[in-house]
Amino acid sequence: MKVNDLSVLIGGEAGAGITRSGYLFAKACVRGGLYAFGVNDYQSLIRGGHNFYVARIDDEEVYSQIDYIDLLVALNAETVSLHRGELVPSGGIIYDEDDLTLSPETLKREDLKFYPVPMKKIVMEELKEQPIMRNTVALGAAVALVDYDLTLLEGVLKDTFKEEVAESNIRAARMGHEYVKKNFQDNFEYRLKRTETADKRRLFLTGNEALGLGAVKAGCKFYAAYPMTPLTGLLHFMAANDREYNMIVIQPEGEIAAINMVAGAAFAGIRAMTGTSGGGFCLMSEGLGMIGMTENPVVIVVGQRSGPSTGLPTYSSQGDLRFVIHASHGEFPKVVIAPGDVEECFYETIRAFNWAEKYQLPVIILTDKCLVESHMSVDPFDANRVKVERGTLLTGQYNGEEEYRRHKITETGVSPRAVPSTRGAIVRTNADEHDEYGYTSEDPEITTKMMDKRMRKLTCLAKELKERGIERTKFYGPEEAEATIIAWGSTKGPIREAMKLLKQEGVEVNYLQVLYLLPFPTSVVEEILNKAKKTIVVENNKTSQLSGLIREHTLRDVDYKILKYDGRPFNPIYLSERIKEVL
Amino acid sequence: MNVITLKDLNTPEKNTWCPGCGNFGILSAFKNALVELGVEREQVVIVSGIGCHGKMVNHVNVNGFHGLHGRVLPLATGIKLANQDLTVIGFAGDADCYDEGWDHFAHAIRRNIDITLIVHDNMILGLTTGQTTATSQEGFKTKSTPFGSITPALNPVAHSLVSHGTFVARGFAGDPKHLQSLIVEAIKHRGFSFIDVFQPCITFNYLNTFQWFRQRIYRLEEAKHDYTDRQKALEKSFEWGDRIPVGIFYREERPTYRDGLPHVKGTPLTKLPLEGLDIVPLLEEMM
Repeated sequence: MKVNDLSVLIGGEAGAGITRSGYLFAKACVRGGLYAFGVNDYQSLIRGGHNFYVARIDDEEVYSQIDYIDLLVALNAETVSLHRGELVPSGGIIYDEDDLTLSPETLKREDLKFYPVPMKKIVMEELKEQPIMRNTVALGAAVALVDYDLTLLEGVLKDTFKEEVAESNIRAARMGHEYVKKNFQDNFEYRLKRTETADKRRLFLTGNEALGLGAVKAGCKFYAAYPMTPLTGLLHFMAANDREYNMIVIQPEGEIAAINMVAGAAFAGIRAMTGTSGGGFCLMSEGLGMIGMTENPVVIVVGQRSGPSTGLPTYSSQGDLRFVIHASHGEFPKVVIAPGDVEECFYETIRAFNWAEKYQLPVIILTDKCLVESHMSVDPFDANRVKVERGTLLTGQYNGEEEYRRHKITETGVSPRAVPSTRGAIVRTNADEHDEYGYTSEDPEITTKMMDKRMRKLTCLAKELKERGIERTKFYGPEEAEATIIAWGSTKGPIREAMKLLKQEGVEVNYLQVLYLLPFPTSVVEEILNKAKKTIVVENNKTSQLSGLIREHTLRDVDYKILKYDGRPFNPIYLSERIKEVL
Repeated sequence: MNVITLKDLNTPEKNTWCPGCGNFGILSAFKNALVELGVEREQVVIVSGIGCHGKMVNHVNVNGFHGLHGRVLPLATGIKLANQDLTVIGFAGDADCYDEGWDHFAHAIRRNIDITLIVHDNMILGLTTGQTTATSQEGFKTKSTPFGSITPALNPVAHSLVSHGTFVARGFAGDPKHLQSLIVEAIKHRGFSFIDVFQPCITFNYLNTFQWFRQRIYRLEEAKHDYTDRQKALEKSFEWGDRIPVGIFYREERPTYRDGLPHVKGTPLTKLPLEGLDIVPLLEEMM
């Protein structure tokens, strides 16, 4: 009997509400004090095709999906044919004989347990509801099979849907539950139980939601974005909350408009953000350069997906690191932060606004599909951990003796920032090279001074990060280890899971997560390279862009690179095997 | 309120437009319009794109953002949405607005953001030394179309009318007094105001010269045009050739984009506090 350690996959056609169903199941688990990680996999289409959601449930913290499936909830025949190979010995399948008939012989798996539930019949004949309600019957059946608390699922349904819809769903879940309890002997070897921490409430949310929460908390008042997977969820989150938090959320004619609108809003003095994926960011790069040139505080979220070009629109990648760091022509300072989990999405978004305003530059939050669309359970965020810092912002009245200069040259490179409508100050900025007043200038001396001024801000920011002990990297695992993994972004989850697995086998590895890619934490990385017995860079791209950055900043090579660029995340067992290969 | 004078609007910047350029007429009409309106300099923001017109930001002493080619409207839109108390005026060139930035033009009109757009329409790319633009006449020979442009010109006025424009006008840089009156009305108009300004490029446009325009243009108000009638305005917008109308083609009051956002109607966003925002209700939903 395996208690509180379950990997369940719910699969079906696109449009059948697969992600929602998986999410509801996992959320019911989180409410029972369990930890959950949920990842969705879908194709770039609206109906048909194959969608699935994998929820991994455990009573210990879980950071990613796992390589195998214990319970398959098949809402169509294809789910079984595609995923039967991932089922563990003695795993189970909940399915509908209306879709397919299964037997150990046809599947060539004697070990599997079959749980046919007449989902369609229950919905159409007994409940007289829409076919989509099958999902909820299946959820009730799954809860019964693992002997979990049905009231927790009912609670989630109640809080998710409008009253009438919730009631229908609860009825459907109960029917599925009852059917399993009545028809199947208690022979499934997996159980989920409420834990003692059930009263301690945890969040279960996606990276997109965490980014949105961070932006709201940071006082973002303007979000302009064009829909693009995987960042569309952030647009939806912001739009749903604009009235409550006095924000303007606008979907303009495209990404070029979005970045320019955000530039205008930030120039006028509010916290403004945009979000997109690689393709949209290509369109934004001209605007990004203007933001750098005009020293405008803007936050841009990039959610990577597989490229080049349209690539795999709904799958993940870390292929845009170099692109984002170098985006736009010319040289100007910017900050690139790559959160690795939902907590970092939240806190780093607040910080991003702070750096943007204090240093008057663009800050890019670099994420990917795996991070922004996967659900993760986490303790409630501390809304007061990161305070709002706006830097030298002048509003109301400018009382300086001399005429106000928006681009005044200072020691730190940061000019006191007035916004239009500040009395006594005329605020002028310019995408052309300009003098301190913002007037166009092609003078060689001014050009040099202005470039130096702008670039100085990055040095000062790096200094502040260091002095205040703001983590630009994070370190996990024992000090002494057989090897050190260096990675960035969403690989964090699978890496931490792989470390757990390796530890169980007596293999100790540690891991340096690079959170700030720009300004690059050179000294920390150098120190790690000096200490490590072996270094392994793990990345979801072809050319190991992080290794290149390390080489650039430290003149050192890493020892090994583990790379994967098929659009799918690393699975922990696979990753631990690859790590062992190089040890 | 301090009354501003033309002198207050001067900047120390040396003007680099060709002597006799149509831009001078627009600059003078605009400054006079600001004086006539009695605006506070700190409450005015001008935005310009790339091209000869872009230097407007250097020559009017109000808040200014000299942005990118084609992107004047989204930039101006962001500024106005952030602080509705500001008077925001965008300047663009014909290539800037009707070529590179046409999509923004189309959408800004239908959004009816409360800003003013003044297009310096010289029907040629001046700053890049003479190539065809969206409003160049068919057959027009330039360095990039040495055998003559083979595409008909766009009609920005007609386009604006069919895209729900609420203030559609055309002016002439050679008649700054009349242009000033149009700019005053445009700024006063609550909604998206658009003025296409014939601005002869004396260096590169050998066809559409001051004289060419003077021979053809007539004022709509003198022709007793009813600017509340969109159909009639549309008919007028297609007049080209021997007689070309200037003046207000069409004008109506319609809710602005911001009127559709009741939650941000009052205080400008720039004045809202950032601290102490309670996100607990949002966190609750995720538990």
